[in-house]
Amino acid sequence: MNFDIHKIREDFPILQQQVNGKPLVYFDNGATSQKPQVVIDAEVHYYSKINANIHRGVHHLSQVATDAYEEARVKIQKHLNAKNSLEVLFTAGTTHGINLVASGFSKLLQPGDEIIVSHLEHHSNIVPWQMACEISGAVLKVIPMLEDGSLDIDAYSALLNPKTKIVTVNHISNALGIINPIKAIIDKAHEFGAAVLIDGAQAVPHLKPDVQALDCEFYVFSGHKMCGPTGTGVLYGKEEWLNKLPPYQGGGEMIKEVTFEKTTYACLPHKFEAGTPNIAGGIVLGVAVDYLNSIGFEKIEAHERELLHYATEQLSLLEGIQFYGTHSNKTSVISFNFEGIHPYDIGAIIDKMGIAVRTGHHCAQPIMNYFEISGTVRASFAFYNTKEEIDRMIEALKKALKMLR
Amino acid sequence: MSTIKERQEEIIDEFSMFDDWTERYEYIIDLGKSLPLIDEQYKKEENLIKGCQSQVWLHAEKVDDNVVFTADSDAILTKGIIAVLVRVFSNQNPEEIMNADMSFIDEIGLKEHLSPTRANGLVSMMKQIKLYAIALQSNQ
Repeated sequence: MNFDIHKIREDFPILQQQVNGKPLVYFDNGATSQKPQVVIDAEVHYYSKINANIHRGVHHLSQVATDAYEEARVKIQKHLNAKNSLEVLFTAGTTHGINLVASGFSKLLQPGDEIIVSHLEHHSNIVPWQMACEISGAVLKVIPMLEDGSLDIDAYSALLNPKTKIVTVNHISNALGIINPIKAIIDKAHEFGAAVLIDGAQAVPHLKPDVQALDCEFYVFSGHKMCGPTGTGVLYGKEEWLNKLPPYQGGGEMIKEVTFEKTTYACLPHKFEAGTPNIAGGIVLGVAVDYLNSIGFEKIEAHERELLHYATEQLSLLEGIQFYGTHSNKTSVISFNFEGIHPYDIGAIIDKMGIAVRTGHHCAQPIMNYFEISGTVRASFAFYNTKEEIDRMIEALKKALKMLR
Repeated sequence: MSTIKERQEEIIDEFSMFDDWTERYEYIIDLGKSLPLIDEQYKKEENLIKGCQSQVWLHAEKVDDNVVFTADSDAILTKGIIAVLVRVFSNQNPEEIMNADMSFIDEIGLKEHLSPTRANGLVSMMKQIKLYAIALQSNQ
């Protein structure tokens, strides 16, 4: 299939609208992606035709819904190249997945054990580990960041030691778009017997991770950033590790046998899926994954790379611009400021011209502290964005700068 | 001395002269740039209202029977809107401030800046203005 941008844009009804009287230019894809019609239709189809509770009923609809939910799990297993579908847990999103693993580790860790995070993390991949440290007496270590937004891998090597139990880093930084060398990070951690969790929230819209090739113990991501519904997500975990971790939430579905004396837990993946899950969400996430694969990640990457280069080039021409995260290995995210101008002012003014960007600290305050700024303007592009839209953003920025200077 | 209501009407009048958002925003930016809104000594942690995006410093004191507000922000649009709010509420009687109607903000086309999603500290600032009025009324 050729990459026909006009045809792709027609798949997204929300992109056809006007905001503040101007055609919407949606460059806040790092926060959440828009949804194609097939995803919207699948949500309607689920509730119109097959809604029933799963894994319990003997009746027809319950069987149909269960099959659809489990088929979605298999689709995602194949997409990630996981060994087995029981290694794919449905979650409510990346934050949920990280909390599940961190909570499990808080019960396995001993005082003095060490957890390594990186300076580039979203708060969601910092706070749950701080909580695990408080409970277990483990110590949090931080991989430092370099001026260009990349991680200091030499410093990381020096942090590793036999007390390191888990290393948790993002695949791609949400605030800067830097792609981290996770394969090297994983291999080094394994030399010391440490497990590795990869926060793939910002990666899955842009690339297809191969969890067996990466050999990470855990890989988590959200559905809503990859054309799926909000409140969906996946935690991939190696089977032996998911068996090792204690359950996160108790309830229905996750049990084998319940008595008041002792309850035994269900096997994977149900051990971690207490209660009625987001059935529609899981099924529709499978549809979103199919949609992305039908376009093809190679084509998505190529188009987004072009957008990144074009936007970087055009933005560089604006006076007083300062880029954050200048390392060359990055995805289609640009974080920037203009000298002497607050990012909020830029965001609020270009919004008036229909341009949606994110401003602020992007839930990554340690990065902002490193650069000694309160926030940045972040434009994040998806495969359905165009160069013409970048031109419109540049025009809007020029007008904003004229007003503010 | 004009009442809160009169000052609000004055501001609505001024803003009605603008044809579009650009002029409105340029006026707000000018207000933000021109005014020294707070004495440096009051720009301290305890007067800081942290928004997710921009920050606001708000100081209140009682002069005669009225509350005098001074404020500042790190974002120029926020600062301009603060200038409007200070003009309406400063040097007014605490009871009037407590009972003041805020709908004039909609009428001058700045509603979106006072919606909670903007996270610019202005919503908290409005709350804080009323809280100061209550506090300074009771310690007469």
